[in-house]
Amino acid sequence: MLKTLRLVIHRDLLLALRRRADVANSLLFFVIVVSLFPFGVGPEANLLRAIAPGVLWVAALLASMLALARMFAADYADGTLEQMLLAPAPLSIVVLGKIIAHWLLTGLPLVVLSPLLALQFDMPRDAIGVLVASLALGTPVLSLIGAIGAALTLGVRGAGVLTALLVLPLYIPVLILGAGAVDAAAAGLDPGAHLMLLAALLLFAATCALWPVAAALRIAVE
Amino acid sequence: MPPNANPGVRRLNAFRFSSPQTFYPLAGKVLPYFAWAAVVLALVGVYIGFFVAPTDAQQGDAYRIIFIHVPAAWMSMFIYVVMAFWAAMGLIFNTRLSGMMATALAPTGALFTFLALWTGSLWGKPTWGAWWVWDARLTSELILLFLYFGFIALHAAIEDPRRADKAAGVLALVGVVNVPIIYFSVKWWNTLHQGASVSLTGAPTMAATMFAGMGVMALAFWMYSIAAALARVRSIILERERQSDWVHEYARSLK
Repeated sequence: MLKTLRLVIHRDLLLALRRRADVANSLLFFVIVVSLFPFGVGPEANLLRAIAPGVLWVAALLASMLALARMFAADYADGTLEQMLLAPAPLSIVVLGKIIAHWLLTGLPLVVLSPLLALQFDMPRDAIGVLVASLALGTPVLSLIGAIGAALTLGVRGAGVLTALLVLPLYIPVLILGAGAVDAAAAGLDPGAHLMLLAALLLFAATCALWPVAAALRIAVE
Repeated sequence: MPPNANPGVRRLNAFRFSSPQTFYPLAGKVLPYFAWAAVVLALVGVYIGFFVAPTDAQQGDAYRIIFIHVPAAWMSMFIYVVMAFWAAMGLIFNTRLSGMMATALAPTGALFTFLALWTGSLWGKPTWGAWWVWDARLTSELILLFLYFGFIALHAAIEDPRRADKAAGVLALVGVVNVPIIYFSVKWWNTLHQGASVSLTGAPTMAATMFAGMGVMALAFWMYSIAAALARVRSIILERERQSDWVHEYARSLK
């Protein structure tokens, strides 16, 4: 089973390596959206510092969501997905592999890049550490929940917008806890409770999200 | 299901009415009762609400929207659970009717969610001084409306009705698991950000007649929901089974 998991991750990473622009695009999207906010609300440093956690988190959420279309669509179009469903390995392992690959390609770069953007907003140093931790815990949850939306909208008209409609309401708890952790740290409070709850959400999503994704993929292919 | 061993004996079959063909006439038969019950109960409820229930000491007559608002909010949440129940039935037993029931309930649920938000907004203006407050209840109700829209949009986007039923069913189940998580996270977010400045729980205990009016209105909304869902499921059945013989015969019998 671990071998299957490794194979799926390896394959998806290899495919992404061949089409590097896709990965770079969602990262650029993240950077540009975050950079837009100062133009919208003005360059006043106190205001920017106050909205920074929310802005960074919402931008990360949107960037992660935009990349969801890549998760299953290509495999669905060229028939690879059907072979994966027929394979003897459990479908949830394949799904888990694809979700991990998706996170490595979209979530992890966001985590790595976020301190730089946080500096632009003049975030205090402690808060930046918490921001990185909250994104590291939260973005996998986004990939897990997003996989449900991506699988449900496979081969459907206007799948991109539809995925957003399905997935964004479900992202709200992650957004609240993630941005809340950074807010708490910036205000000098202990962000431990937020981070613990984010970790709990991650464990919950990791155990419960695979079944609906697998079910949705079966529905899409049948 | 195995074929009945003795066709002469008609066993009581729990799945008998799970077939659209048998359910269609049954729904048509009980529909008027629910519809009339809804009308009568709503009239009684409105009467109690306007003429029997006393004027609130603090809010004056503005509070009377409670007789629409609270039952609508109850129904909006309850219908989502019922919808998820039918979705689960459809996924477990692979019955066509379950998916149709879930689809038929969704617009009614969305309607009540919208009604709860709308009346809440009308109520909020005179009492809180604002059309909208980022209160935990309001916010989670708004998210519930998004969940309904998601269900309806996904169902509408998929051409094949059977696939649409199943996909939307999975979404409804995911949503129902998430509703408590969303509710508590929103509640927590709210207390962190602005404190419980607007709280309904701090209000004085309610007069018995007010509660009676709300109960009667809630029953009226129940009856309306059942009637509306049955009426809608009947049209869905006809639309989806239009190729079958019994629908053709039924259509001929109407002429």
